[in-house]
Amino acid sequence: MTATVPARRRPGLARAGRQLHAGPFAYAVLALFTAGSLFPLVWTAVAASRDDTRLARTPPPLWFGGNLPANLARAWGEAGMGLALANTVLVAGTIALGTVLFCTVAGFAFAKLRFRFRGALLLLTVGTMMVPPQLSVVPLFMVIARLGWTDHLQAVVLPTLVSAFGVFFMRQFLVEALPGELVEAARMDGASSWRLVWHVVFPVARPAMAVLGMLSFVQAWNDFFWPVVALTQENPTVQVALTGLGRGYVPDQAVIMAGALLGTLPLLLAFTFFGKQIVGGIMRGAVKG
Amino acid sequence: MTATTTVAEGAPRREQGGGHHGGRPAPDPWRSRLCRWDLRYSPYAFVAPFFLFFTVFGLFPLLYTGWASLHRIELTSPGRTEWVGLHNYARLLGNEFFWNALRNTATIGVLSTVPQLLMALGLAHLLHYRLRAATFWRVALLTPYATSVAAATLVFVLLYGRDYGMVNWALRGVGIGPVDWQSGTWSSQIAVSSIVIWRWTGYNALIYLAAMRAVPDDLYEAAALDGASRARQFRHVTLPALRPTVLFTVVVSTIGATQLFGEPLLFGGAGGQKGGASRQFQTLGLYLYEQGWFNFHLGRACAVAWSMFLILLLIAAVNALLARRLRQDR
Repeated sequence: MTATVPARRRPGLARAGRQLHAGPFAYAVLALFTAGSLFPLVWTAVAASRDDTRLARTPPPLWFGGNLPANLARAWGEAGMGLALANTVLVAGTIALGTVLFCTVAGFAFAKLRFRFRGALLLLTVGTMMVPPQLSVVPLFMVIARLGWTDHLQAVVLPTLVSAFGVFFMRQFLVEALPGELVEAARMDGASSWRLVWHVVFPVARPAMAVLGMLSFVQAWNDFFWPVVALTQENPTVQVALTGLGRGYVPDQAVIMAGALLGTLPLLLAFTFFGKQIVGGIMRGAVKG
Repeated sequence: MTATTTVAEGAPRREQGGGHHGGRPAPDPWRSRLCRWDLRYSPYAFVAPFFLFFTVFGLFPLLYTGWASLHRIELTSPGRTEWVGLHNYARLLGNEFFWNALRNTATIGVLSTVPQLLMALGLAHLLHYRLRAATFWRVALLTPYATSVAAATLVFVLLYGRDYGMVNWALRGVGIGPVDWQSGTWSSQIAVSSIVIWRWTGYNALIYLAAMRAVPDDLYEAAALDGASRARQFRHVTLPALRPTVLFTVVVSTIGATQLFGEPLLFGGAGGQKGGASRQFQTLGLYLYEQGWFNFHLGRACAVAWSMFLILLLIAAVNALLARRLRQDR
């Protein structure tokens, strides 16, 4: 993709859409939008390195100050971001793992195995893919209230442990990536279905599993409505803690920004390392979806 | 490999013979039965964990919401339910705050979705060129997607501050007086929409880009040979090929807009569930939250949820109709 040697094209095709090199105008517009995308994040860090009184003056600060460590420390302790981060790593990690595991085997069954009601079950899964979670919030709340799970992490893990999107995503991948002959051959070898999954399906599905894991992790990390309903500031996830900050839990803008920074940084780091894979996953999901 | 196949083939014959002859190992009836069970039932075992969670935490609550919306249920004693029929819905339809929330959801939905998708389309077009550092641009444009609703909104609240915010400071530079982004109806809705736009434009651009890359090159080449300019290629080759994707993103964004919650909640600060002092940006999602968890009427919250569901069904129906019309046109 990078470092492409411009292929010699027939002159008549010089204007064909896709081979065109970007001109300065394209770069300028892209740079503008990139700046717009990054600016609020950078400014979060700027504001987190100032103090509350400086943020209540014009012009607003445009460069970093010296208060970042102090603000981060207050956000970590006073605003509960330390506990929130630990909780969120646990929650998002479990959800990503569960989603990858359960959705891969289910996606494999839908892609390559024959069983009764396969079509109907797949239709049910895909059909509810777009139903917003808010529609089921009240009964879920009644259930966890009865179980005494409010403020417990399982209340936010279990309802999102699997995803219809995940099943669909893995099915679409395996339909093409896993040759039927490979499954047949393993069967001929007398492999049981579980061995088949372990030794054939998982190795083939690994790239898609990695992408699904990352997407689920990001989604679980940023999940908002249900955690805000199910948890309180006693035992928050990052989003719940940030909501507390936004509602005036610690009335200091610089500390609030430090909290927002702490809550976003892990994902930004993940994006710098795995950005290419995440972008690829979103684009692949788009074509097939 | 060969050994197992011969055993499998030989099995019925030896059963006929009745005994075990020769030096071959006896076929284990348990083993073959296990194998048959495995073949028949393992698919169910594979989908079972998914459907277990999916039914308990997805389907059941969804349907139960509809049932609960016909009951009086209070947050203070969620175990007690009292049948009230359509009373909750009647209350909603007669409540101006519900209509206000519906209106706000619609206007914020349009304000956020239309510019977002148009910009995404343009960006995708640019990303589709041969670019230096192609991956960098894509990842950079996707970073807002990595930022949570909460973190993003907290920053935007500060940027949109009336007295010390950067937006008003910049506007003053070009001679526009301080805008009250919190309490004005339009200004606050534009501010809330801008958060949505910021978070999702890059994501949608990537989706459009994926669709553009799937358009076969020869279509462009044929168009170029016919002497079509770049703009005409975009209009007559790219756009038609993108139709299903555009429809898809419109549906997804509409669903997202219908359930908008986090942005207005945090934009409203301490009393966020009201969506501003005069409910100028209270969405249906916020209204649901307020009914259930601040007024303690869980039954009525379910009625709001079910109304959202009906709206979504309506959108889905319109979309299906449109999709069919488009297909017929082709």
